[in-house]
Amino acid sequence: MRHVNQPVRKKDAMALVTGKPVYTGDLRDPNALVVKVLHSPHANAMIENIDTSIAMKVPGIEAIFTYKDVPQKRFTMAGQTYPEPSPYDRLLLDRHVRFHGDAVAVVAGESEKAVDKALKLIKVAYQVLPAVLDFRTAKDNPVLVHPEDNWVANCPVGADNHRNLCAHDEMSHGDIEAVLADCDLVLERTYHTKANSQAMMETFRTYTYMDTYGRLNVLSSTQIVFHARRIIAHALDIPKSKVRVTKPRIGGGFGAKQSCVTEVFPALVTWKTGKPAYLVYSRQESQTSGSPRHEMEITVRIGAMKDGRIRGFDMYTLSNTGAYGEHGPTTVGLSGHKSIPLYNRNQEAYRFTYDVVYTNMQAAGAYRGYGATQGLFAVESIVNELAAELKMDPVQLRLMNLIAEGQVPPAYYYEPCNACALDRCLKETAQRMGWDEKYPCRDMGNGKVRSVGVALAMQGSSISNVDIGGATIKLNDDGFYALTIGAADMGTGCDTILAQMAAEVMECDVDNVVVYGADTDASPYDSGSYASSTTYLTGRAVEEACEKLRESIQKIGAALMKCDVKDTDFDGKTVRCVSDPQRSVSLVDVATASMVNNQFETQFTATTSSPVSPPPYMAGMVEVEIDKATGAIQVLNYEATVDCGTVINPNLARVQTEGGIAQGIGMALYEDITYTDKGAIREDSFMQYKIPTRQDVGRIHVEFESSYEPTGPFGAKSIGEIVINTPSPAIAHAVYNATGVWHRELPITPEKILLGEKYYETSSV
Amino acid sequence: MELKFELNGKKIATVVEADSLLLDVLRSLGCASVKRGCESSNCGLCTVFVDDKPVLSCSVLAARVAGRKVTTLEGLQEEAADFGAFIADQGAEQCGFCNPGLMMNAIAMFRENPHPSEEEILSYLSGNLCRCSGYEGQLRGIQSYLAFKDAQKKGEV
Ligand code: FES
Ligand code: FES
Repeated sequence: MRHVNQPVRKKDAMALVTGKPVYTGDLRDPNALVVKVLHSPHANAMIENIDTSIAMKVPGIEAIFTYKDVPQKRFTMAGQTYPEPSPYDRLLLDRHVRFHGDAVAVVAGESEKAVDKALKLIKVAYQVLPAVLDFRTAKDNPVLVHPEDNWVANCPVGADNHRNLCAHDEMSHGDIEAVLADCDLVLERTYHTKANSQAMMETFRTYTYMDTYGRLNVLSSTQIVFHARRIIAHALDIPKSKVRVTKPRIGGGFGAKQSCVTEVFPALVTWKTGKPAYLVYSRQESQTSGSPRHEMEITVRIGAMKDGRIRGFDMYTLSNTGAYGEHGPTTVGLSGHKSIPLYNRNQEAYRFTYDVVYTNMQAAGAYRGYGATQGLFAVESIVNELAAELKMDPVQLRLMNLIAEGQVPPAYYYEPCNACALDRCLKETAQRMGWDEKYPCRDMGNGKVRSVGVALAMQGSSISNVDIGGATIKLNDDGFYALTIGAADMGTGCDTILAQMAAEVMECDVDNVVVYGADTDASPYDSGSYASSTTYLTGRAVEEACEKLRESIQKIGAALMKCDVKDTDFDGKTVRCVSDPQRSVSLVDVATASMVNNQFETQFTATTSSPVSPPPYMAGMVEVEIDKATGAIQVLNYEATVDCGTVINPNLARVQTEGGIAQGIGMALYEDITYTDKGAIREDSFMQYKIPTRQDVGRIHVEFESSYEPTGPFGAKSIGEIVINTPSPAIAHAVYNATGVWHRELPITPEKILLGEKYYETSSV
Repeated sequence: MELKFELNGKKIATVVEADSLLLDVLRSLGCASVKRGCESSNCGLCTVFVDDKPVLSCSVLAARVAGRKVTTLEGLQEEAADFGAFIADQGAEQCGFCNPGLMMNAIAMFRENPHPSEEEILSYLSGNLCRCSGYEGQLRGIQSYLAFKDAQKKGEV
């Protein structure tokens, strides 16, 4: 292949490295109204009275909006296909504020100074209510997070606002109790993963203005332009035809921007005042009023035989969606469905049950890994614990039980496993890590121990039977192509990899394909950049659209040569008559002819959905050094091997993987969101919410072991999310191998290592 | 108050508030490369040079640069493209939001220490956070740029 599987430079690379003005904050009208949100200082409260009259007198203040000024129809900010599984539980501004940081009022003014002053002068009397701040007590708690009557769940997700339930379900295959009863060994363990912030470097931000046609234009740092259009229209209760959403370059998303965290506020201001408006969340607001990972507590029972065969899993996940249900009903599903199938080979039964509960804590959202990360921490950890109990090498134990091609895992929705190189990934990683020499640990003789840990991961590629990929390809003068997409490049490089695929089909240079997107007015419908769908689904749409355009180019060529189209071929530059190769027309001539008295289409759109969501697979191994005196832990090496099917761009796939591993290391070792007893978040800046620096991640080394996914474009699966999943369980394993203590709650801080705290009672049956 | 300073080689006279931060003033003067990533001096996105030394413009009052020389990436386009190409060849720019700050600090490092060891690179740039790349690609880019510069000096390329 000429362009696919090549390390092509990202199309926007030079603009980014030279600091060109390409982001929302660089492109907005500098005179736009400054918009800020007044946030609730209480975890649960009713606004008894709100007085904005003094604040309105601040010179330069244009408008202040409160719950009295917004439509009373509930909606969700979750960027999901309609009807969204996330309940309609929000108002743009609500009299009932449900977490410390919830929106109370929106202020717009000419300058930041004026707005800041006005924010302080809004007088609010609150009736403070008791709050649910421990998700273990949320279900059937007398305090209801959403007591209101107009709360709606559009999908049958098992939600019940009168029980603080955002979702509930149970599913199984086989008789799990009988299988476990028949096993030589059953372990039961509980694991606890915390809320984490995506902490993308560009915080949430949106710019809005009215256009020539009286429509609300929204330029936002978003992964989901089409969903954003619908959400904004719902929030403002205006026709969707009145809204256009586009996105410029995005300074990182990782799922955070799969919810409309900020869009609705400046949209309200512009819709009401007719004036351009701009809102940027500070780092503090992004930490406290954002859309972090769902906190989960996962109890797993695993049943195995003495020889290592794993016969069954029984999992219960309790997920904390916080004050609103964005992505609550869906993230939780991945905790079981994208972890249990890894050990499918000898699996006879599984059961997976879950509750997703409302609390008066920061509303959660989508974060890379989307529940799989949490589930894999539990499943990979218990498999490591099982290996320890069985006194087996954890790599060998895995190799005995791995999913493989040809299997149809019940826990993965009975979707057949077409492409899987997980065994090779694991063996390769072990080899490079020097597992056999380093496992379990080495005392370095200076008070430090070095140890290793292992974990596997899987994810999906798009949401089967739901997601849509769309691409439009157009032939232009001189034979260059314009590719229009609705997927959002958020730094991941999808503009480039999709252009690579187009270039592969059109047999042209990647530079000959210009990419435009995403724009709700111009792009073909695409559900957006999430669920690891872009390479797999949008990629296929690109492939199909390009095939159609090739045919049309041949038709125009045939007409020019006056020969039968079946008698032509096209090599990317020239359409030739096969039976008479002297007759040919160049692509340039075809392009020119297409613009004069032409009846053949030169623009094609393809739309794809998939009945399956082929999982990428990955193996990760870490080597850490622990200081026995202080508990300080340093990651030395991380070895990872990924099977994402055909690698479309090895450079971009590698950097994605390295970046995901670094985020995973942060999650494992220090990223945590904790609350005061009043429900305020402590980690509201990078001072407290530490993310890894380049001195914290050790050396990360990534390789690829490709399988070929027959349903993917050029054999590709996904890469974006899976990469964050291995560090937490691998590091927990390494800490055990050094200290003999299992850490079942994240993050694993030096204090916890030093104290050797056991957070949960363990039991084996 | 009136503020006069030199910005990317040009004399500037502008009006600022006493409490205006250099970051905001530079952005208002069209230097969009200067980014804000935090309010706690942790991220390094806002790095610019004052009198050729890297500083965090989010933590400097604009008034402090009166009469001094300020350089942003807008004033270092050639160097940025020169070095940035090596980052681009790794695909290490990802979302790019941290890139201007990294570029500035890396250029400062190259000037101070043209042959940094791996340790020195990691420590010099440890204040430049990046959430996307995992840093490895940036390191590869920096090292291949340094190797290229060396080869260039020796007349090998
Ligand atoms: S903005 Fe983060 S250090 Fe200046
Ligand atoms: S490239 Fe996105 S933060 Fe560094």
